[in-house]
Amino acid sequence: MELNVDGTIHVVDVEADMPLLWVLRDELKLKGTKYGCGAGLCGACTVHIKGEAVRSCSISAGDAQNAPITTINGLGTPAARHAVQAAWIEHQVAQCGYCQSGQIMTAAAFLAKTPNPTDAEIDDAMSGNLCRCGTYPRIRAAVKAAATTLSGN
Amino acid sequence: MDTATTPEPSSPKTRSKARTIGRRAFLVSSVVIAGGVAFGYYTVKKPHLNPLRDQLGPDEATFNPWVKISPKGITLITPHADIGQGVASMQAALIAEEMDLDFGQFEISQGTPSAAYYNTALAGETVPFLRNDHGIVAESVRTIADAMVKVMGMQSTGGSSSTIDSFVKLRTAGAVARETLKEAAFKRTGIPVRDLRTASGAVILPDATKIPYTQLAGDAAKLSPVTDVVLRDPSQWRLIGKKMERLDIVPKSTGTLTYGIDLDFKGMLYAAVKVSPRIGAARLGYDASKAKAMRGVKAILEIPNGVAVIADNTWRAFQAADAITFTWGKAPYPPDQDAHWAEVGRSFTKERLDKEWRHEGDVDRALSGAKVIEAEYRAPYVAHQPLEPLSAVIKVTDGRADLWTASQAPGIAQQKAAEVTGLPLENVHVYNQYAGGSFGHRLEFDHVKLAAEIGRQMKGQVIKMTFSREEDFTHDYPRQIAMARPRGTVKNGRVETCDLHIAAVSAARSYMSRLGTSIPGADLMLAAGAWDLPYKIPNFRVTTYAVPELAPVSSWRSVGPSTSAFFADCFLDELIHAAGADPMEERLRLTDDPEARRVLETVARMSNWGSSLGPNRGRGVAFATTLGTPVAEVVEVWNTPDGIQIEKVYVAAEVGRIVDPVNFENHVQGGVVWGLGHAMNCEITYADGMIQQPNYHVHEAMRLRQCPEIIVKGIETSAEIRGIGEPPVPPAAPALANAIFAATGKRIREMPFNKHINFV
Ligand code: FES
Ligand code: FES
Repeated sequence: MELNVDGTIHVVDVEADMPLLWVLRDELKLKGTKYGCGAGLCGACTVHIKGEAVRSCSISAGDAQNAPITTINGLGTPAARHAVQAAWIEHQVAQCGYCQSGQIMTAAAFLAKTPNPTDAEIDDAMSGNLCRCGTYPRIRAAVKAAATTLSGN
Repeated sequence: MDTATTPEPSSPKTRSKARTIGRRAFLVSSVVIAGGVAFGYYTVKKPHLNPLRDQLGPDEATFNPWVKISPKGITLITPHADIGQGVASMQAALIAEEMDLDFGQFEISQGTPSAAYYNTALAGETVPFLRNDHGIVAESVRTIADAMVKVMGMQSTGGSSSTIDSFVKLRTAGAVARETLKEAAFKRTGIPVRDLRTASGAVILPDATKIPYTQLAGDAAKLSPVTDVVLRDPSQWRLIGKKMERLDIVPKSTGTLTYGIDLDFKGMLYAAVKVSPRIGAARLGYDASKAKAMRGVKAILEIPNGVAVIADNTWRAFQAADAITFTWGKAPYPPDQDAHWAEVGRSFTKERLDKEWRHEGDVDRALSGAKVIEAEYRAPYVAHQPLEPLSAVIKVTDGRADLWTASQAPGIAQQKAAEVTGLPLENVHVYNQYAGGSFGHRLEFDHVKLAAEIGRQMKGQVIKMTFSREEDFTHDYPRQIAMARPRGTVKNGRVETCDLHIAAVSAARSYMSRLGTSIPGADLMLAAGAWDLPYKIPNFRVTTYAVPELAPVSSWRSVGPSTSAFFADCFLDELIHAAGADPMEERLRLTDDPEARRVLETVARMSNWGSSLGPNRGRGVAFATTLGTPVAEVVEVWNTPDGIQIEKVYVAAEVGRIVDPVNFENHVQGGVVWGLGHAMNCEITYADGMIQQPNYHVHEAMRLRQCPEIIVKGIETSAEIRGIGEPPVPPAAPALANAIFAATGKRIREMPFNKHINFV
C-alpha cells in the first residue's frame, strides 16, 4: 500500500490493520512519533491526517492511505521550526520530552483551526495528551505564545 | 569530614585542592587519548571496571574522564542518567562554567557505567540523621553508607541527588582542565600563566591572540594536571543560576531525540514478552501454536516465568504475544487487595516494630485521661508508569554482550546482564540512553534480565525488546502500601500530643532482596516525612512497623515521604483544627527551625494566607523535608457543584543553589502535578494475584484541564546544595486534603481522594 508521509510517498508491505504508528516507527523508521499507551489514551502518537490531529496508534495503515500524513518530523526541523515548536523551545516545555511530539502535534492542529483560543479552549484541546512529567503549566504558556505568533498579533 | 559528600558552603573563594576532593577514592588526573587529552579521576582504591577500556591501554584501566579534548572537539561526560530532569545539561554547565566553555562548543556523552562515577550524595540519605547534622557520628555513618553505594557501583540517579553529587566534582574537573590547558599554553608561548585568560573554549594571550583548547590538547596530554585550583566565586558565574537553553530542548521539541525505545540497528529484530501477571509465579503451560503461524514471527522463546516473541516489527510481536494462551502458577503473595490491607492493619505490633524514631514528653501519659483524637490513614500502591515503556536492545555473542537501555542504575543493569548471560562483568557493555521519564521505575532491572535472556538464546542477533504498556503497568513494582494510626490531644487551643504509628512495606528491603542482599537495621524511609517534622509538640512520638513484603514494591518519586508526610501533615492539621487554631499560625508557633519557618512564612506571604477566599473555597498548607530539601505548599480549592477544582498552588523550597532557574521551576511544578494527580485518582490493586490497572484510563493522574496555576519560589539561603526532583511531591497530597477540609468540612484520610470526593 502507499502512504503519503511528510510529503513523501512510501510503498509499504504491511497488513491493512497494522496501526499507522507501527508503520511509521518500525517500517519507515520515523521515530519522532511515540508509543505511549497504544490505546488512544495518552496522545504521544499524535499525527496529522488531512490537518486533523489523529492518534496513530488507533488508526490502521489501511485507513490512513490516500491522505496526506504529517508527523512531528515533517511539521518542522531543528533548522526550520514550526511556530509551535519554536514556542516549545522558547518556553523550555520538555522535561523527559517523550510526550512532547504528541503535545506539539495536537497544539499545531488546534491552533490552525482556532487561531485566537481562550484559556478554556486550550485546556479542552490539550487535555487528551498526558504528560507524566507534569509540564502542563509550560504547555499552556507555549500554546498561547504560538497562538500569538501564528495569528501575527 | 568527607568533602566528596558534603557540598561546600558558599564561601567567597572556595579553595578546592582537587586532590582532597575525594581523598578516599579519587585523584584528578589526565590521560592521552587519540591526538588529545582527557581529564578525570583515577580511582586509587580497588578498581571496579574501566568504561574507556576499549579506547585506552591496559595500564590506564582505572581512569574515568569528565572532559575529553581532541583536535576534533570537546566532549563532556555527564554520567547521571537523564530521565527528564535536565541533568545532562546541568552537569555540562557545571564543567563548562569552570572551563570557560560556551554552550555549543562541546558535545555531551553519558559515558559508560563505572564505579568511579558513583553517586556519593545518595548514600547520605540512607542513614537516619537530621539533614543539618554534620556531627562526627552522622559523618561516619554516612561514610558507611557511601561505602555501600561504592560497592554497588550504582552510578545511580535517584533521591534527587544528581545536583548535590555533581556540584563540586564537576566544577573541579572543569577547573583542572582549564588550568592544565593554561599551563600548556605557557609551555608553548613562554607567557606566564598569571597573564593568561580563558574564554569561549580558548586560552587568550595578553595580545588577545586565542589558542583554542582543541589545539592545546596534544600538549596538555604531556603535562601532569594542575590540581591546585580555585573554584570561581559565585558572583562570577556565567552559566550557573542563569536561564540556559537546555542542550536537549531542540531535539525534544522536534521529535529528533533518540530515546532507548527508538534505537534501530541494521538487521535488528523486535521482541515482546509475556511474563506471569502474578508477579513471580511460574509459567505452568502455554499454547503458542496460533502465534507461531502469525506473520513476521521469527521465534518463540521460553523465558523465566514467561514467553518472548521475536518478530520483524514491534506490533507483530505484540499481536503474537497476545495470541498465546497461558496457565500461570499461584502468586507468592495474597491474591486480593483486601488481604494486603488486612496484613498492613495487623502490623501495628511489638513483633513488627521497626523503630521508635523519636519520643519527646510522655505520650502515654498525655493520652490517658485526655480526650483522644484518633484516625486511620491509608496510602495505596501506585504505579510509576513513565510515558516511555521499558525497552532494551541487546546483542550477545560468545565473548561479549552489548546492552542499550535507559537506566537509573546502569551498573546494576550491567551486573544483571552479566549474571544472565554468564559473561564476565567486563565483557558486558552498557550504553545508557535518554529516558522518557522514570520516577524510580528504571532503578529496577527485570526488563534487563529478560532482554539478556533473549539475547543469550539468540546469539549474534541484535534484538530490541519493548514492553507493551499493559505489560509495563502490570509488572510495575508500585510504591509501598502504607497505613497510619495516629492519636493526639489538644489543650488550650494548642496541639499537645501527637503519636504517629505508621506501618508500611519497605521499598528498600524489597529492592535489596531482588538484588540478593538485605539492609541491616530499621528503614528510615518508613518514617521519612514524619519523624523529621521540625515541630516542638510537647508530647511527640513517631513509631514505624515493618509490614512483611506482600507484592514487590519499589522506590516511587520521593519514596517514604510520599505516604508518611500525607499521614503526618494531615493528622497535624486535624489536631490544629480540633484545637481551634489557624493551620499556618499553629505550625509556625510549633517550630523554631529557621528553614521550616522561612518556607512556611514565604508560602504564607505568597498565598496571602488569612485573606478570605469566599464561600466554598479553602486553603490547606503542608510542609515536608524530603531528601534534605524543606518544602512548604499551600493549595487553594473551590468546591464547585460538580466537585473539587484545584485552583492554585504556592510552593516555597529551600534549595541552596539553583543551577538553572527555568528547569528548576519546571521540575517543581512537575513534582506538584505528580503529587496531586496521583493523590486524586491513582491506585494499583490486586485481584487473583494480578494488578488490575493495565493502562492510563484506570490510573490517569492529572490532565492539563485539572492543572492549577503553580507559583514557585526557590529560596537560596542555605549553604548546602540540594535536589529538587522529589521534594515538591510529598507536601502536595496533604496540602490538598487539608484544603478540601477547609472548603468542605470533609476530612479525607485515604488516597486516592476520588474514592471520597469528586474532582472536576
Ligand atoms: S500511544 Fe496512541 S494515544 Fe497513547
Ligand atoms: S515531558 Fe515527560 S511525559 Fe511529558
